[in-house]
Amino acid sequence: MKPHTLSILVENKAGVLSRVTGLFSRRGFNIESLAVGPCEEPGMSRITIVVIGDDAKVEQIMKQLNKLIDIIKVSDLTENERVERELALIKVTAEQGTSRAEIMQIATIFRASIVDVSPKSLVLQVTGETDKINALEKILRQYGVKEFVRTGMIGILRGSKMISGGK
Amino acid sequence: MKTGAKILVESLLREGTEIIFGYPGGVVLPIYDELYDSPLRHLLVRHEQAAAHAADGYARASGRVGVCLATSGPGACNLVTGIATSYMDSTPVVAITGQVPTNLLGNDAFQESDITGITLPITKHNYLVKSAGDIGRVVQEAFYIASTGRPGPVLIDIPKDVSTGMAEDVKLPEKVTLRGYNPTYKGHKRQIEKALELLSHAERPLIYAGGGIISSNASPELIEFATLATIPVTTTLMGIGCIPCHHPLNLGMLGMHGTEYANFAVTECDLMFAIGARFDDRVTGRIDTFAPHAKIIHIDIDPAEIGKNKRIDVPIVGDVKAVLKDILTLMKKQDAHDIWLKKIKHWKQHHPLKCPSTGGLHPQFVIRTLSDLVKEKAVIVSEVGQNQMWTAQHFCFHNPRTWITSGGLGTMGFGFPAGIGVHFARPDVPTFVIAGDGSIQMNIQEMGTVAASKIPVKIAILNNMYLGMVRQWQELFFDRRYSFTELPAVDFVKIGNAYGIEGIRVETPEDVLPAFQASLDCDGPFVMDFRIEREENVFPMVPAGAAINEMIGGHPR
Ligand SMILES: Cc1ncc(C[n+]2csc(CCOP(=O)(O)OP(=O)(O)O)c2C)c(N)n1
Ligand SMILES: [Mg+2]
Repeated sequence: MKPHTLSILVENKAGVLSRVTGLFSRRGFNIESLAVGPCEEPGMSRITIVVIGDDAKVEQIMKQLNKLIDIIKVSDLTENERVERELALIKVTAEQGTSRAEIMQIATIFRASIVDVSPKSLVLQVTGETDKINALEKILRQYGVKEFVRTGMIGILRGSKMISGGK
Repeated sequence: MKTGAKILVESLLREGTEIIFGYPGGVVLPIYDELYDSPLRHLLVRHEQAAAHAADGYARASGRVGVCLATSGPGACNLVTGIATSYMDSTPVVAITGQVPTNLLGNDAFQESDITGITLPITKHNYLVKSAGDIGRVVQEAFYIASTGRPGPVLIDIPKDVSTGMAEDVKLPEKVTLRGYNPTYKGHKRQIEKALELLSHAERPLIYAGGGIISSNASPELIEFATLATIPVTTTLMGIGCIPCHHPLNLGMLGMHGTEYANFAVTECDLMFAIGARFDDRVTGRIDTFAPHAKIIHIDIDPAEIGKNKRIDVPIVGDVKAVLKDILTLMKKQDAHDIWLKKIKHWKQHHPLKCPSTGGLHPQFVIRTLSDLVKEKAVIVSEVGQNQMWTAQHFCFHNPRTWITSGGLGTMGFGFPAGIGVHFARPDVPTFVIAGDGSIQMNIQEMGTVAASKIPVKIAILNNMYLGMVRQWQELFFDRRYSFTELPAVDFVKIGNAYGIEGIRVETPEDVLPAFQASLDCDGPFVMDFRIEREENVFPMVPAGAAINEMIGGHPR
C-alpha cells in the first residue's frame, strides 16, 4: 500500500467528478486528496487524485477510469520524476507579543507568507509538498490552529514530458 | 423547427429502431403523443422492469440495440434492475427516461428522481439532455456507445421542457467520434504470435469461451480455430451456443454447475485460451486452483478485464472476432492433440450429465424433450435458479443467440419479459421461456402484455413449489433448514386463463411432449405448468470456495 498520484484529464461536463469519484468509493477506496481545475485545453479539466492502495487495485481503477467516456487520459505520476505542490491557508491564534513574533519567524523558515492580520490571529499561506505543509501545521498547533484549509495536491512531470495527449 | 419529442422519435428511427418497449407517465406525454401516429412500433408492458428486460432480450437475440422508455421517478427507478442486468452481461440497450422540467431539477419536484445519478455505476454512459437541439446528437452517440467496444446500456434522461422545446434539425456526422472513447479492435500482432508460439508447444490446450464470442458474432471463427488446431472448447453460461452442443470438441459448460469433463479439462490443461470471458467466480471456483497448470492467453475487448481476477501470461486486447481472424491467418498447421482428446473422450464417456428417469416428473427430462422436439428451431430464454441450470445443461443449443439468460446479475424475473423482446427479434421461430415458479411470479403481470398483443411466447414453468436453487443450498449446506424457500402451490394455468392465455398442467412424463406440441399448435402465448419432483437438485456442483474439479453429485472418479 502506497500513495499514488493520479492525474486525470476530463471533459469539463456536469457529473464528471462523480463518475470519477464513484469508481473509488465503490471499491472502498478513500481519496486522500482531490484537486480539480481547468487546464491548458479549453473545455477540459484536470483532476489530481491521491489515493493509498496496492498497485494492482490502483491499476484496476485506472483501467476503469479509462473506460469512462468523458475521461480523456489517466496517468499515474507516482513512477515518474515530478513536481508536486499543495497550497494551504492556516489561521493561527496570535495574540500581541512573543507568540506573534515566533509565528512570523516560523513563517519565514517555511517561506510562508502572512496574508491576513487581525488583533487575535494571523493567516499563513504556504505552498509545498504534503510533508512540508503537515510539518508547518504541526509546529503551529502549539499556538492554536483555528482553521486549516488546503487545496489538495497537484502534480506535473519534470522536463518536457507531458501528462496529457490522446488516450 | 421541431419539438424535442419529434426529434427523439426521428432519431430512433434513423438509428434503425423497429420497436420500443415502454410505459407512459406525466413527463413523457409529449413523447407518447409523438409515438401515437409514428411508424416506430411501441409495445406497452405492464411494469417498466419488463420494458428494460424486453429491450435486453431483443438486443441479445438480434445483436441490435434494444430500446425502452419510461417516465420519471417511479418509472425510471423501475428500469434499474433491467439496466443493471444489461450492464453485467454487456448487452446493447438504450434506456430513455422522462425527467421533470429543467427549472425544477433538484427541487424534489413531483416524480423526480436523480436517475443519471442512480444509474451511474450500472450504465456504460448516461446523459441528462439540457436542450432539444442536443437530442439528435445524444441519441446518435448513445447508440454508438451502447453497441460498440464492449457493449452496454446507455441511459438518456430527457426533461419534459426539453421534449416540448423547439429546435432546428442539426446535421449529424456520418460517424461518431468521441475523444475519450476509442475501443481497440485489432489485436497486437506480436501478442498473437506469442500466443501461437505457446500453442505450438502445448500438449493439452483448452478454449474457455465466454459471452464475448456471441456479442462479437465470432462463432464461425471460434469453431474454425478450435477445429483446425484441435482444441476442445468449454463455454461459460453466457457463451453457450457459440459452438454446437454436439460438436465433438464441445465440452459444454464449465464452472459451478459445469460438466465434470469440462472442469477436469480446466484443471489439467497446460494452455488456456480465455476468449471473451471474464473469470467470474461462478466459473473459476477457488481462483488459485483454476487452471493451475496452464499458461493463460486472454483475448478480450475490454483492457480492464485483463488480469482483473487471474494473472495472464499473454493478454490480447481486441475484438474477439478480429483477433480470431488474425490468429487464423497467422496460424501454421497444428498437430492434433490426440492423447489429450482421448483423455477427454474417456471423461465424457464416464462422467456424463445425469438425467434421472425413474420416479416422477424430472426437469431434465422436460428440457431434453423440448430440445428433441424443437431442435434448432427455437430461441430459449430462462429465468434464474435451478430451471436455468437444468436448461443450460440439458438443452442442446446449436447456434449463438438462441440461448438468452441473465448471467452476471442472475435476475429472477428477467426471463419472461426478455422472452417478449426475443419474439420481436426472432419472430421466425418460437420463443420458449423456461421459468421457475418463483421467478415467473416476479414479472407475471406480463401475461397481460402477451395476451393483449397476442405475443406467442411459450412459458414452461418448472414448478417445484420452492425457490429451488436456494432450497438446494439449504439442503446441502444448511442442514435442510428450509428457511422461507417454500412457495405454496399456484395454479399457473388458471392465472394464464384469467389473462386469456391457454395453458396446460403436466404431471407425468407421458404428458410432456403433447404439452409442448400443444404449445406449438397454439397461435398465441401458452402456459405449461410442469409439476416436477420437488427436491430435484442441480448436479454436478462445485461447492462455494472449492476448486472446480472438486464436484459433488458427479460420478466416482
Ligand atoms: C431478483 C432476485 N431475487 C433473489 C434471487 C436469489 N435466488 C436465486 S435462485 C432463487 C430461487 C428461484 O426460484 P424459482 O424461480 O422457483 O426457480 P427454481 O430454482 O426453483 O428452478 C433465488 C431466490 C435472485 N437471483 N434474483
Ligand atoms: Mg421453483
